Amino acid sequence: MTFIDQFKQNFIEENRWKYILNGLGVTLRVTLFAVLIGIAIGFIVAIIRSTYEKTGKLKILNLLANIYLTVIRGTPVVVQLLIIYFVIFSSVRVDKIFVAIIAFGINSGAYVAEIIRSGIMSIDPGQMEAGRSLGFNYIQTMCYIIIPQAFKNVLPALGNEFIVLLKETSVAGYIALEDLTKGADIIRSQTYSPFVPLLSVAAIYLGIVMLLTFLLKKLERRLRSSER
Amino acid sequence: MSDNLNKNEKELLIHVDDLSKHFDNLHALNGVSIDIYKGDVIFVVGPSGSGKSTFLRCLNRLEEPTGGKILFEGIDITDKKTDINKHRQKMGMVFQQFNLFPHMTVLKNLTLGPMKLQGKSKAEAEEEAMKLLERVGLADRAKAYPNQLSGGQKQRIAIVRALCMKPDVMLFDEPTSALDPEMVGEVLEVMRELAKENMTMVVVTHEIAFAKEIANRVIFMADGEIEEEGDAAEFFDNPKSERLKAFLAKVL
Ligand SMILES: Nc1ncnc2c1ncn2[C@@H]1O[C@H](COP(=O)(O)OP(=O)(O)OP(=O)(O)O)[C@@H](O)[C@H]1O
Ligand SMILES: [Mg+2]
Repeated sequence: MTFIDQFKQNFIEENRWKYILNGLGVTLRVTLFAVLIGIAIGFIVAIIRSTYEKTGKLKILNLLANIYLTVIRGTPVVVQLLIIYFVIFSSVRVDKIFVAIIAFGINSGAYVAEIIRSGIMSIDPGQMEAGRSLGFNYIQTMCYIIIPQAFKNVLPALGNEFIVLLKETSVAGYIALEDLTKGADIIRSQTYSPFVPLLSVAAIYLGIVMLLTFLLKKLERRLRSSER
Repeated sequence: MSDNLNKNEKELLIHVDDLSKHFDNLHALNGVSIDIYKGDVIFVVGPSGSGKSTFLRCLNRLEEPTGGKILFEGIDITDKKTDINKHRQKMGMVFQQFNLFPHMTVLKNLTLGPMKLQGKSKAEAEEEAMKLLERVGLADRAKAYPNQLSGGQKQRIAIVRALCMKPDVMLFDEPTSALDPEMVGEVLEVMRELAKENMTMVVVTHEIAFAKEIANRVIFMADGEIEEEGDAAEFFDNPKSERLKAFLAKVL
């Protein structure tokens, strides 16, 4: 069979390209919303942890945050996904996309939290003192002065985390969610020709990752130039 | 006696009573008491580690005192129930390391406080900031970022940032110690102007000649205590304690 034939068989016949396109849509949606949840959780956890480290306040919240970080980073994301789908949501009918977003968001939040925390801790303590001496309270100083600088410093690491997350969502097939990877796998199981669908999907992931990397570099350069 | 009468005519701004600060076992401040009046230009000198910075930073509770009392404009700001943030707006502070906000332009550095804390409009805050910038000769740097400025420029901006809050007292912690020698003068000039305008100032410094020039009162600290305190002229020309004599012999 020529490549053209293979292409036709895997993508054109029976409109199989739809598995890829729909799968891509699912993957992007899951990644995007999981990223948003991850950032929200990450910020909250990071602020709790760095506040505790710097002032000794928020002891109980800090303990909870530590448990969350330990559990999430100490177990595989596939297991977390399966637990959330089959254990936590076992008795309710929920959209699998929703479950995936929650699972990957909670997972990503743990990594984002540590990235942002390291960013906050790297800011010169003089910045907090300057903010407080003007009359800003702790939260205001965090929001106006510390976090914007910390965020800028950790942007490369955050971008990296999101690229990792995009690729990690490829295990969503474990709960039979038809994401990009699962779409290719369905085609493979129908046509019995693994080569074209799997390599195509690999190329699509690679393309997205390269695009994200490019955009990230650009953003980084722009942020840096604003300080010089 | 005449001295006391003079003081009574002046308005009391900060009353420090038996202030102490202990870091675990280390007694950085040991029962410091002093009255600071409106228009006072008080210089704090003393050997390294004598508690000068700790004293200054306790005044706006950047360092939490472990004992004693501070009344600022009649209000006990060491009382945990006092909203210290409100009173800090009236106590400008200038740091050795400038501590400008590097992610903001100069103008944004200056207007952040007035806009967010004092409810000023952008236009109003910027107008006031530009006026002050002009007075320190840096109006053309308003759109620059701190990293684009020299040390002397940064410190002048830091002073203006504190002034934009319209403080009743300015606290300086070694404002020229991080500067190259050729930039010290421009910062001292700004402080000189402030003193002329009757700004109340508390200045920790090693610039003894400058203290001699603009201070009206000088404090000598040693081991977390005020070892000697007096009018500037008396202090330098007629030191009493042996430690102050030894200190002055070393630095003059
Ligand atoms: N955060 C802190 N934790 C523990 N010890 C401290 C802390 N800050 C200051 N100290 C100690 O308190 C004492 C007084 O310090 P302080 O900084 O007030 O001295 P200083 O007179 O300002 O000295 P310098 O001229 O070197 O700036 C020193 O022994 C110092 O080591
Ligand atoms: Mg000091």
